[in-house]
Amino acid sequence: MAQSRMRSPLGRAIGLGSAKEGVGHWWMQRVTAIALVPLAVWFVISIIALAGADRIVFIEWVRHPVPAVLLVLLLVATFYHSALGLQVIIEDYVENESLRLALLVVMRLGSVLLAVLGIYAVLKLSLGA
Amino acid sequence: MISDPRPLSPHLQVYRWQLTSVLSILHRAAGLALSVGTLLLVWWLVAAAQGPDSYASVQAFLGSWIGRLLLFGWTVALFYHLCNGLRHLWWDSGRGFDLRNVYATGWAVVAATGVLTVIVWIAGISQWKH
Repeated sequence: MAQSRMRSPLGRAIGLGSAKEGVGHWWMQRVTAIALVPLAVWFVISIIALAGADRIVFIEWVRHPVPAVLLVLLLVATFYHSALGLQVIIEDYVENESLRLALLVVMRLGSVLLAVLGIYAVLKLSLGA
Repeated sequence: MISDPRPLSPHLQVYRWQLTSVLSILHRAAGLALSVGTLLLVWWLVAAAQGPDSYASVQAFLGSWIGRLLLFGWTVALFYHLCNGLRHLWWDSGRGFDLRNVYATGWAVVAATGVLTVIVWIAGISQWKH
């Protein structure tokens, strides 16, 4: 069995098996990265088309369902992906454990806050009066 | 404090710079820069939702030289992180690890970043004038 050969001697001796989350971070980084490839390309093209546009033109654009949905998806994928990346950077470079934990919490909460702010703004523009 | 005379392992700064390691750390730096850049994205959306005055102040900031400089930096970071990210996904498939390939895809990423940045800014500036 390939699975038993993959286990470390220590892991086999303890016999608890994995927590089933070993590749969770790595995997979601890839999934969000794949989502961001088309989303980022679409966003850049849209921004060029909107370059120099005033607020009315921008709102007209966000009122359409496709840009609104894609913007929300972009925000979700961007903040998910950046939170995973920032987590690794903090874990790699911040040696002091208290500071590291504090930064990780602030970074996570800040990512959620910014994502929700962005999504709320898009929905307000798209659905609001 | 150094009382233990055991030899130290070579420190980072004794190594010669090479494309592979430079691109590797740049991927992380670009990701960090893009994370900071998300603040602008959210500011822009929230300002648009708030009203004409808020939106005008974002537009004024983006039109200033520092705004333009930041936008330019973020387009470089975005295209670099995007292209090198595709390189990483290609590696994840288990391919492209031999030296010849690593250097070829590395230079391809550098070239693509430059070309895409130039194209986007030419398109953006010509659109802005309309």
